Amino acid sequence: MRAAGALRARLVLRAAAAGLLTASLFGCANTAAPAGEVAGGGLNVAAKTNPRDPWEGWNRAIFAFNEGLDDLVLRPVATVYRDVVPQFMRTGVSNVFNNFADAWGAVNSLLQGKPEAAVTDVMRFAVNSSFGILGLLDIATEAGMEPSREDFGQTLGRWGLGAGPYLVLPLLGPSSLRDTAALPADVYASPTAVVDGETAEWGLRTLNIVNRRANLLGATKVLDDIALDKYSFVRDAYLARRRSLVYDGDPPALPEDDTGEPAGATMR
Amino acid sequence: MLLKRILTVLGLSAAVLAAPALRAQGAPDEFIRTVSGEVIDAVKADKAIQAGDTKRINALVDEKVMPHVNFQRMTSSAVGRFWRQATPEQQKRLQDEFKVLLVRTYSGALTQVKDHKVQLRPLRAKPEDTEVVVRTEVRGGGEPIQLDYRLEKADGGWKIYDVNVLGVWLVEQYRSSFAQEIGAKGIDGLIASLAEKNKSAAASKS
Repeated sequence: MRAAGALRARLVLRAAAAGLLTASLFGCANTAAPAGEVAGGGLNVAAKTNPRDPWEGWNRAIFAFNEGLDDLVLRPVATVYRDVVPQFMRTGVSNVFNNFADAWGAVNSLLQGKPEAAVTDVMRFAVNSSFGILGLLDIATEAGMEPSREDFGQTLGRWGLGAGPYLVLPLLGPSSLRDTAALPADVYASPTAVVDGETAEWGLRTLNIVNRRANLLGATKVLDDIALDKYSFVRDAYLARRRSLVYDGDPPALPEDDTGEPAGATMR
Repeated sequence: MLLKRILTVLGLSAAVLAAPALRAQGAPDEFIRTVSGEVIDAVKADKAIQAGDTKRINALVDEKVMPHVNFQRMTSSAVGRFWRQATPEQQKRLQDEFKVLLVRTYSGALTQVKDHKVQLRPLRAKPEDTEVVVRTEVRGGGEPIQLDYRLEKADGGWKIYDVNVLGVWLVEQYRSSFAQEIGAKGIDGLIASLAEKNKSAAASKS
């Protein structure tokens, strides 16, 4: 019990420290981007530099790498996993990881000044960890306790830090400068924090990735059918979704410039 | 949590108070509830749709959904400032191809409908508003899915002109990739890309 308390205290401290650090490092990131510099005037001018994606060349290369890896390894493995492992076990795996996300979500809700959500998350964690057999069952949701699923990237966003440039990470996929900076804190607060040894940690990480990929098998099939350019489709969806999450599903309208297109620099 | 509940109740009662005035034209959130209820019921009652019968799905969409969508507005705002530079013929083709693309996406989602329910979230709109956002959550199986609609009041009642899935507005989502295509290949290039996408997706499905 005391260990858990100490862990939580350490998490909070770490999160706060990381927050200050990233705020000072990247505080300029969202102010530096020029306002509304999407494509010039006429038809012939291509939207060459998207203000939200200044590192597009690099990002596209990593995206292609990730896609290749997905084709070769991740998707086949996830498909086999989905076909071999029964649904209830896969749900159990998702639940255990989500249970940790609830504990970490409680910390982040608190950091975002949302005590009600934090209390709900703590209760979810308590109920699912005990009656839900260490998080295997998600009893809390059935009891009407909704998860808030806050992560540290959202906390930084809530604190006013813009998303900064879009960034594609090897293996991990779409991110932003802000969310990447928040990543160490999120990883630190995952189930890997409570197991001993490298092998167990990597085992858990692999399981998490494969399980998540399996859950997304349907979605990525749809993606191939509806995106004209998969790279920019994923990018725009990621940025919009993250912005929505920062504002708990209800973001303020983006200011539109005279061309009727959202200005890039105000993206959160 | 308590606060949330109080707020919800407040929101609900506000909606109830506002209801009589709204009901004259039909309240926008009731309109969404009716339309989505009809679609879900139709899917549940139809084994062919659940099995992914494209013809039946398209028929359902054409009958139950499309009459309530302002598709011209949807396409023109996705195309953005280039819309005015397009000829009427180009505008029509853009609209047709975009529609095929979206209906296909929507059809895919429809086959997944099982024990889903649409729950309205409190409406924040004044009775005299002619453009409103109706926020809903789709529940059943896993986490609730955020599904919001932008509605405009037209002569014949409410019409949908944008949809938000999980925090992503459809029109905004397509706006930048459309601009990218038009920038590189012009309006005809965008039409060609859409047509090609539709053709290859149709081929991979059958």
